[in-house]
Amino acid sequence: MTATTNTIAELANREYKYGFVTDIEEERVRPGLDEDVIRQISAKKNEPGWLLEFRLKAYRHWRTMAEPTWPNVHYPPIDYQTIVYYSAPKQRSRPGSLEQVDPKLLETYTKLGIPLREQELLAGVAVDAVFDSVSVATTFKEKLRELGILFCSFSEAVQNHPDLVREYLGSVVPYSDNFFATLNSAVFSDGSFVYVPPGVRCPMELSTYFRINAAATGQFERTLIIADKGAYVSYLEGCTAPMRDEHQLHAAVVELIAHDDATIKYSTIQNWYPGDRDGKGGIYNFVTKRGKCQGRRSHIAWTQVETGSAITWKYPSCILIGDHSVGEFYSVATTMNHQQADTGTKMIHIGRHTRSTIVSKGISGGFGQNTYRGMVKILPGADQARNFTQCDSLLIGEKCGAHTFPYIEVRNRTARMEHEASTSKIGEDQLFYCKQRGIGAEDAVSMIVNGFCRQVLRELPMEFAVEAQKLLAIQLEGSVG
Amino acid sequence: MTAPILEIRNLHAGVDGHEILKGIDLTVRAGEVHSIMGPNGSGKSTLAQVLAGRETYQVTAGEVRYQGKDLLAMKPEERACEGVFLAFQYPVEIAGVRTSYFLKTALNAVRRYRGLEPLDAVEFLAKVKDRMKLVDMDERLLNRAVNEGFSGGEKKRNEILQMAVLEPKLAILDETDSGLDIDALRIVADGVNRMRGPDRAILVVTHYQRLLNYIVPDRVHVLVDGRIVRSGGKELARELEERGYAGVEGQPAGAPAVGV
Repeated sequence: MTATTNTIAELANREYKYGFVTDIEEERVRPGLDEDVIRQISAKKNEPGWLLEFRLKAYRHWRTMAEPTWPNVHYPPIDYQTIVYYSAPKQRSRPGSLEQVDPKLLETYTKLGIPLREQELLAGVAVDAVFDSVSVATTFKEKLRELGILFCSFSEAVQNHPDLVREYLGSVVPYSDNFFATLNSAVFSDGSFVYVPPGVRCPMELSTYFRINAAATGQFERTLIIADKGAYVSYLEGCTAPMRDEHQLHAAVVELIAHDDATIKYSTIQNWYPGDRDGKGGIYNFVTKRGKCQGRRSHIAWTQVETGSAITWKYPSCILIGDHSVGEFYSVATTMNHQQADTGTKMIHIGRHTRSTIVSKGISGGFGQNTYRGMVKILPGADQARNFTQCDSLLIGEKCGAHTFPYIEVRNRTARMEHEASTSKIGEDQLFYCKQRGIGAEDAVSMIVNGFCRQVLRELPMEFAVEAQKLLAIQLEGSVG
Repeated sequence: MTAPILEIRNLHAGVDGHEILKGIDLTVRAGEVHSIMGPNGSGKSTLAQVLAGRETYQVTAGEVRYQGKDLLAMKPEERACEGVFLAFQYPVEIAGVRTSYFLKTALNAVRRYRGLEPLDAVEFLAKVKDRMKLVDMDERLLNRAVNEGFSGGEKKRNEILQMAVLEPKLAILDETDSGLDIDALRIVADGVNRMRGPDRAILVVTHYQRLLNYIVPDRVHVLVDGRIVRSGGKELARELEERGYAGVEGQPAGAPAVGV
């Protein structure tokens, strides 16, 4: 313990030099939401007037909206007036040391091979320093700057690139889009901003990169990624380690814009705290993610591995405006214990010769409920549009459930649609076959599940795919008797 | 006489209170090949599955010793690691899992159990390619998902390949001849024959005598209604072929074996 304390103290001092320490007390606003609170948030972030207006417009609209009840998920009502909408209310309930943290959580960190200091941060141990590998981050940024790629926090972008933010913010997910997106538009805290200039191929996987950075993105994350003409970028969002977090509600918004011939790949591994075995606690992950294939031959691909959260509600979508544009959605969603997921995608075909692919793999165990909900819409102008949809469900045990709600709306006779769906159970036969070859039950389940997910996992960047596999294995532990 | 590998004493087993095996006694020694023959529904496959540890079946009486150890106390994967191998009558498909990956995982699980270092990709591939020659199997099958889209013959060859890679002490072949044409049958039988050795016992479960033209057993046992009613040498198989199972039914297990 002393050794750890010393390291942290050292780090704290070092980081302080770089001015990374913020005084948490000063950053807080009172709980609840009204225009005054929004003005305070905006003022603390030193935002320009137009952004405050955006927030206020969203807030006024939000007040007229009702929380959606159509998703196939169940949770007690959320009291929006008890939430602290800005920054660091977490401090009060933080454990003082790792000894006070749920040992299950620590066990998982160890299995994932996460260093001790990262573990402390992920577990929310009260550490007065936000430590990060400053030097690595700096080198990284230098290289991107040379190429003209902008990659920074959303707040920095508001200060340094206000014109870009103003042009694109809300252009894919309008402030009035849906209850949770509108709430986010009013109170969003921070997130990432990426702009890749024309013709530039981003040479590395961009990501929140460090688990630590990811841990700090907060409750109402806002991300905006723009790939200009002919640009390419692959963005990784995620945290493979479950994060202890007492925020019940996470309502993020992600907007992607791809211009002519641009490609954006957006990969997510979401492993927020799912609650305990009995379904107590855990994150409500209510997220709006949407990409706009604005340009001709533009391409947006979403890949997600959703293993965490008590409830996941998200539909990463593509609006295919440019002719010959392509939208893809690859998803693995697992629900174990009492987790619930209602997830899928929307593919809106507007331009001619637009193509979309949907591959969804849902896995349920324990009492988990897994819903695929997807919409494919072919508008009248979308000549020769094509869609391929495949959704497969895998059940482990008797008490879980899988549900599929595909919506297909075709308003152009030249469209071609393919839809495949399957539901299977991890069979006694498969398990016995593996065991008879010497493979233990847990390894067998993990192997069968990984096989089931292979189509999706192979879309992930290599390193991420390996972590995703490990994660699936950990999540499946104890899922068979 | 060599040491017994498998000793079955008064084995009773069934499913949901329905008794299928009604007192089996059988001893198989190292180096021997025994065949269990019998009509449909006699309990042949049940015996194979019970020995491998299938949880569907409940053992209600008797004991099974494997290399002197209590086999019934072991979990299926432990039995496999201890060297018990079952070639399935209906090999199972596993989508998305490459045959090579499956086999490597299995081999390394067994090696770990035996305190050996796991093989790396290169060592594993060398070994598996060598064993593939035994069953004349197309290497491309290694990259396909386990048994997915395999023909009947390919599935059975894949079973023998796995046996050759895992090198069991006791191999149980459950109706390995079913669904094979004569060429495939010969290839599979050749593979099994090359696996015969002084340290290994093989139990061939089959309905038809034809497989035994290629895999010549040391002993033949006739299973009828959950009991071994006749035991004998390889000639017994031919007698069964001529007279049918009806001809031997009803004779007690203790009756002198024909043609020995």
